Amino acid sequence: MIGRRVALAAWLCASAAAAHAGPRAEVIHWWTSGGESAAVRQVAQAYRDAGGTWIDSAIAGGDQSRAVTVNRIIGGNPPTAAQFNTSKQFLDIIEEDMLNDVDDIARRENWDSLLPEPIVGVIKVKGHWYAAPMNIHMQTWLWYSKAAFAKAGIKSEPASVDELFAALDKLKAAGLIPLAHGGQSWQEVILFSSMLSNLGGRELYLKVIRDRDQAAINSAAFRKVLLAYKRLQSYVDPASPGRNWNDATALVISGRAGIQIMGDWAKGEFTNAGQNAGKQYGCIPGLSGNSPYLIQGDVFVFPRTDDADAIRAQKLMASVVERPNVQLQFSKLKGSLPVRPDLDASQLDVCAQKGMAILRDRTRPVGVTEVYLTPDQNGALQDVLTAYWNTNMPVEKAQKSIASALRY
Amino acid sequence: MILGRQLRSITPYTALLPMFVTVLVGYIGSALWTLGMSMTASRTFPSSHFIGLAQYQRLFDNERWMLSLNNLAVYGILFVIACLVIGFLLAVFIDQNVTGEGVLRTVFLYPYAMSFVATGLVWQWLLQPGDGIDSAVRALGFHDFRLDWLVNQDMAIYTVVIATVWQASGLVMALMLAGLRGVDPEIWKAARLDGIPAWRVYLQIVLPMLWPTIATVLLLLATAVVKLYDAVVAMTQGGPGTASEVPAKFIMDHLFLRSNVGLASAGAVVLLVPVLALLAPYAYARSRKEAA
Repeated sequence: MIGRRVALAAWLCASAAAAHAGPRAEVIHWWTSGGESAAVRQVAQAYRDAGGTWIDSAIAGGDQSRAVTVNRIIGGNPPTAAQFNTSKQFLDIIEEDMLNDVDDIARRENWDSLLPEPIVGVIKVKGHWYAAPMNIHMQTWLWYSKAAFAKAGIKSEPASVDELFAALDKLKAAGLIPLAHGGQSWQEVILFSSMLSNLGGRELYLKVIRDRDQAAINSAAFRKVLLAYKRLQSYVDPASPGRNWNDATALVISGRAGIQIMGDWAKGEFTNAGQNAGKQYGCIPGLSGNSPYLIQGDVFVFPRTDDADAIRAQKLMASVVERPNVQLQFSKLKGSLPVRPDLDASQLDVCAQKGMAILRDRTRPVGVTEVYLTPDQNGALQDVLTAYWNTNMPVEKAQKSIASALRY
Repeated sequence: MILGRQLRSITPYTALLPMFVTVLVGYIGSALWTLGMSMTASRTFPSSHFIGLAQYQRLFDNERWMLSLNNLAVYGILFVIACLVIGFLLAVFIDQNVTGEGVLRTVFLYPYAMSFVATGLVWQWLLQPGDGIDSAVRALGFHDFRLDWLVNQDMAIYTVVIATVWQASGLVMALMLAGLRGVDPEIWKAARLDGIPAWRVYLQIVLPMLWPTIATVLLLLATAVVKLYDAVVAMTQGGPGTASEVPAKFIMDHLFLRSNVGLASAGAVVLLVPVLALLAPYAYARSRKEAA
């Protein structure tokens, strides 16, 4: 009798151990809002279906979440995987040799030719792949209210920077807020990036942001960009300083404002308000047929460990997040784009389909400022841009300040 | 016997040891470490790559840092003077043996029980254009009234002064009141006999006698000025633009968001200088007094 009980207990223990034998991944991320957490649950489920155990460590707020990750890496108790933006945020951690690479998966899935170039530029350092990209966000969409455009008598979508200003003038004349803007420095960087990419074009954009070329920054063409950026300020309402981006989107949704320039995460606000792309609102990816498409996104990095089980968990994670169905499910709920341009976009919405079409043209995707600049350089640029936007700083001074901000 | 006496002479030092270690490691050690970091090229992680004074050069080439220092000076002067004047007047008011003194004292001191973050948020709501005071006054019939200091380039820093003065002047009142109560009643009697008006007694006799209290208050306020951070973050986020940036926010931003430990450390060291400049005369005066 007793013998049988012991045998049963032993069997139970063994089966419990077997259930935990699969790879265990503790994942730190900051996808905590409604749509975001629904999206990450898809990834977690796919990971479990692949035989792993997903331990969710969601931390609200990107800054907070990244600080926890870095502190835990320094403290010697790193998570299995952690979210970062597709940017130079984790370059220092790579250089300190604190991340494991995922070279075998990258090579097996041929990331070099599959992924858009700006993403490769960030996650591939000295020939090694240090992150698994999850999704792509495009930063400088133009969202407009069809009702506001009709009221102002604007017949067609603006197709150049001049036409954009003409449309803004008409919106102003119709008594609407022409440009919905939240006066926070990062949103001002978005307006600047939009002007630099649409007016300056790919070449000037890369020269200024990627190469930090002093001659390009001091050029007349860049001055024109700065003037156009500053001109946008004459189209915002006086209550804009300090406003959150979603409150600005709400102005477009209600038709009180005409246009907002914002990343594709704004789409979620329209959807929540029951509006549809192409019906109540329109989305414009760029002001000309070949304007650069500014992308960023999220990746998972894998802190260094020598534990074989943890490495197995990391490799499984890297391969799961790149699976086509995981990519599509995640982006559908998050409002982003999959990182693989080879996927069938037909189940995504109209705006996302436009985005996917552009992503397939390998000459158009370019990184946002954070992709090329260190957090520190990016911050310095942001400080100058917001000061220029908010004060009467002459354009020559802004140009000089940007040159000095990007010199270090 | 001898052992017992030795033990007794050691005891106070043993009791002081934890504090001594805290000061040595926590304060002086951290300050020296920060000084060391400020001369390296540390980014996300502390590094030992020595680059001399390059971070300081970069710091003083940074417009936001210079603006922050300027804002700190404007804020510091206004905040300290306003707190002293308002705190002193409140203390004098309560010193007149008004009825309900206990209630009033509590009311005036109450804001100090709130954190700077809560204070900042409350005042942000009050000063929000189209909301709070702005719309309340307009609802009273003053249709042309506009209060847009919070989003105004030139006025944003003053909103921070208002909120923090509201918070801190109660404490100044409490300290001043304690000082006033310590003034010998005989002095008041003598002044009354001589027919000196009360305001002159306050200004020319009582106020100079309160000097030690004022020195304490000044020290407390000065440290509050240097570490100003949370009220700004809660009220303006440093904006609009960079109009209400302060050095502590610059340091925190570079330490955590912008991964530049070296530059942040340089900023922290520069911020230590005015603190030492304020502390040194105080400590010197105390040491002379003790010697005398």
